[in-house]
Amino acid sequence: MRQIIIIGSGPAGFTAAIYAARANLKPLLIASSVEAGGELMNTTEVENFPGFPDGIQGPELMTKMQEQAERFGTEVVYDDVTALELTGATKTVTLGSGETHEALAVIFATGSAYRKLGLPDEERLSGRGVSWCATCDGFFFKEKTIAVIGGGDSAMEEATFLTRFASKVYVVHRKDTLRASKIMQERAFANPKIEFIWNSAVVGITGAEAVDGLRLRNTVTAEETSLPLGGVFVAIGNDPRTHLVHDQLDLTAEGTIAVAGRSSKTSQTGVFAAGDVIDPTYRQAVTAAASGTVAALDAEHYLASLPADLLADAGETELVTVNN
Amino acid sequence: MSARAVTDATFETEVINNQKTVLVDFWAEWCGPCRAVSPILDQIASENADKIDIVKLNVDDFPALAAKYQITSIPAMKVFQKGEVVKTVIGAKPKVALVADLAAYLA
Ligand SMILES: Cc1cc2nc3c(=O)[nH]c(=O)nc-3n(C[C@H](O)[C@H](O)[C@H](O)COP(=O)(O)OP(=O)(O)OC[C@H]3O[C@@H](n4cnc5c(N)ncnc54)[C@H](O)[C@@H]3O)c2cc1C
Repeated sequence: MRQIIIIGSGPAGFTAAIYAARANLKPLLIASSVEAGGELMNTTEVENFPGFPDGIQGPELMTKMQEQAERFGTEVVYDDVTALELTGATKTVTLGSGETHEALAVIFATGSAYRKLGLPDEERLSGRGVSWCATCDGFFFKEKTIAVIGGGDSAMEEATFLTRFASKVYVVHRKDTLRASKIMQERAFANPKIEFIWNSAVVGITGAEAVDGLRLRNTVTAEETSLPLGGVFVAIGNDPRTHLVHDQLDLTAEGTIAVAGRSSKTSQTGVFAAGDVIDPTYRQAVTAAASGTVAALDAEHYLASLPADLLADAGETELVTVNN
Repeated sequence: MSARAVTDATFETEVINNQKTVLVDFWAEWCGPCRAVSPILDQIASENADKIDIVKLNVDDFPALAAKYQITSIPAMKVFQKGEVVKTVIGAKPKVALVADLAAYLA
């Protein structure tokens, strides 16, 4: 049994690991098999993380966070958590490989997942012109006319990035004002390849083998039009990844994991949550990192309050069971 | 064991005319999810060496083949039998999920 297991390898998970490792809690961090490093692995330049005046590439920032966590003794496992048992004093974490790990405390920092439009043809055409990741897929849209759907920072960033490849980028937004920050808006407005289509909801994605256009409905006049396109990037936000815990932890009305006040304490003793999975509002790398710190300190405090015999058991860190 | 790279010059012999089932992993250096899925594909290849060949095609170096197979998102994993694409899997996935997607070609 371990003292602590951290689930998630974004800024929240790695920062929690840095603190927990420095507190000598020998954390095990489950990083995911194919999404290790979290959301910032899918972006280019991060300009607003303090300490990097010239900006830093997202993947590089995450590599540095991991190195910092490992330097103090964090053990990283590249696998996915498939089941959790969080009630009771001992928490059980099951991985995709079938391995099971036990710990006295768990920090849950699984971030969020791209929101889908929920249209019938979206799944069928995904990877055939519908994408959620400009840095991954932009390259394939050279000299094409494409659209980005959304009005927040990530939509502006994707649109601006995609002008490196596409000949024209429409930004389709359901309102007539943007949620994006001023600097991101201004960058998009100033880009001659970007054109905004306001007050428009996407009601359909068309194309037999690959995307050939969008059906749009004007949110003011209800008029429907077709927009011919070679590709569509969806950037309409994210939903907290709570499917592993929604029946064991209380959630908020926004769907995030509920925590007590400014702490990271969930409705289950010994279970702490951090990062975008508890944050319906700010969702930045630095706020996620800060939230990871809070979780590690809360967990440290909790572990210190446990009876000595429980903690003695948690000194041993080997695997408990395999394929049970 | 790491998957062999195929090129414009070797695609015909290694993929199209291969008697075995072949999975082509379309990837690029700058693609994080491609790097994440690559060791998983290597594992699947060595565990199923008698049933399937797994090769990699760099889309930066060979854009014509990427265009021919209508790649718009990577990693894109295409299974070829007798020169025809019989299955496409898009995006990095955990090993269990990939093995499930490819079950028909690993049996
Ligand atoms: C395109 C884009 C650009 C962005 N640019 C910026 C920026 O410039 N500046 C900024 O401050 N913020 C930026 N953000 C936001 C920032 O990335 C997030 O706020 C931040 O990454 C949240 O950190 P997190 O640790 O909570 O979650 P994430 O980074 O999402 O990490 C969650 C982790 O949990 C793992 N996980 C999930 N489920 C499981 C499971 N079952 N088992 C194991 N592991 C699991 C995931 O694989 C991942 O590693 C950007 C976001 C996007 C999408």
